[in-house]
Amino acid sequence: MVSSGSTSMKEKTSRTPSRWDVPAMAQKVALDIPDGSYVNLGIGMPELVADYVPENREVIYHTENGLLGMGPVPEPGKEDPELINAGKKCVTAIPGACYFHHADSFTMIRGRHIDICVLGALQISEEGDLANWSTGEPGAIPAVGGAMDLVAGTKTIYVISRHNTKSGDPKIVSSCTYPLTGKAVVDRIYTDLAIIDVTADGLFVREMHPEITFDYLQQQTGARLHR
Amino acid sequence: MINKIVSTPAEAVSTVKDGSVVMISGFGEAGSPIELIHALIDHGARDLTVISNNTGSGHVGLAALIENRQVAKMICSFPRTANSRVFPELYKNGEIELELVPQGTLAERIRAGGAGIPAFYTPASVDTPLGEGKEERVFDGQKYVMEYALSADYALVKCQTADRYGNLLYNKTARNFGPVMCTAAETSIVQSRNIVQAGDIDPETVVTPGIFVDSVVEVADPADESKLVAEDRRYPW
Repeated sequence: MVSSGSTSMKEKTSRTPSRWDVPAMAQKVALDIPDGSYVNLGIGMPELVADYVPENREVIYHTENGLLGMGPVPEPGKEDPELINAGKKCVTAIPGACYFHHADSFTMIRGRHIDICVLGALQISEEGDLANWSTGEPGAIPAVGGAMDLVAGTKTIYVISRHNTKSGDPKIVSSCTYPLTGKAVVDRIYTDLAIIDVTADGLFVREMHPEITFDYLQQQTGARLHR
Repeated sequence: MINKIVSTPAEAVSTVKDGSVVMISGFGEAGSPIELIHALIDHGARDLTVISNNTGSGHVGLAALIENRQVAKMICSFPRTANSRVFPELYKNGEIELELVPQGTLAERIRAGGAGIPAFYTPASVDTPLGEGKEERVFDGQKYVMEYALSADYALVKCQTADRYGNLLYNKTARNFGPVMCTAAETSIVQSRNIVQAGDIDPETVVTPGIFVDSVVEVADPADESKLVAEDRRYPW
């Protein structure tokens, strides 16, 4: 069972050496998004991916509240409360963007029209199960949003997440203990230690932080890794 | 002559009854018909089931309707946001019921309700806690859960431009649930920033055809919910 982070444990993690920072993780995701893709970025860390897409690639961003062709955040003073993203933050629309209602937006998602979705995670299992909407704690207000539809319908699911929780526990586990968002849905995991593919034959390490060993990576992971 | 225009939000919501099922458009603040919701607070109908993506912010709009104890049950996908204080409190105390629905399933249940489709199968929520207890079927080797359509007695919707027939245009991402909610309610009530002459909206660009709308009230300058929340305003004022 993964425990929630106490302050003392947090300090321990922050001293851990040799991890990619979040921009470096976002950049690695961005490099794997092909030219011409339709992409949905989850709230939080996934949003940063848009900052690192190479300039010679055209990527169209979908936000499930009803915009295809989402642009960057507006200049100060140009915010429009009726032009927002799924995280309810003000955004802009690129020339050529379009608006649509929610049923059409989830037709794009569930109907497998979106190429790639990048999501955050609480836990990922070795079979690609994703838990990212609830810790299942008693008394917590459950809130799911569009996560279950996104993992059920998007062609490719990338997860971007720190390798360990704040208390140092592995987020990649043999079996999720948190409530699932979807079963066997994740295709690739980008962490601060490695990039890992989820395949029918298990978890395969594509790339590791250059300063760590495979044994160290395995030790930080709650499921069997292959190379 | 058809004329769906009414003069005040109070008149527009006057027939809502205790126990009504009410859909309320909006994704957070964007598209939330705050003046119609405030009129519903003044009107006082209680024991409502409200279908809306969120549960409101601060102490205005949908949050104020809930705080005024007029809502018995919420059907929504994301009941907590940065500024939602009212719903979490009542929910923790067991004073309001919640049916949590994945966002796309919520949209499709409403669409189905408006389209005369009683139920459908979706892959969303299969093998998760939100899929538990639902009828499952396998199509082409993939599992799906059955979801029932949602319909309502009333829809309260915000739009940008309307005419006397109830043809509607929306503004940017404030469109969100408005078009499907108009189709799924017995009575759809719309607040519009502008009301124009029939024929002024290009038929090629109409988003909600007027047949789905029952009444339209002009609210030329709707309140900016985030400003009210920042000022900690409370409704009733």
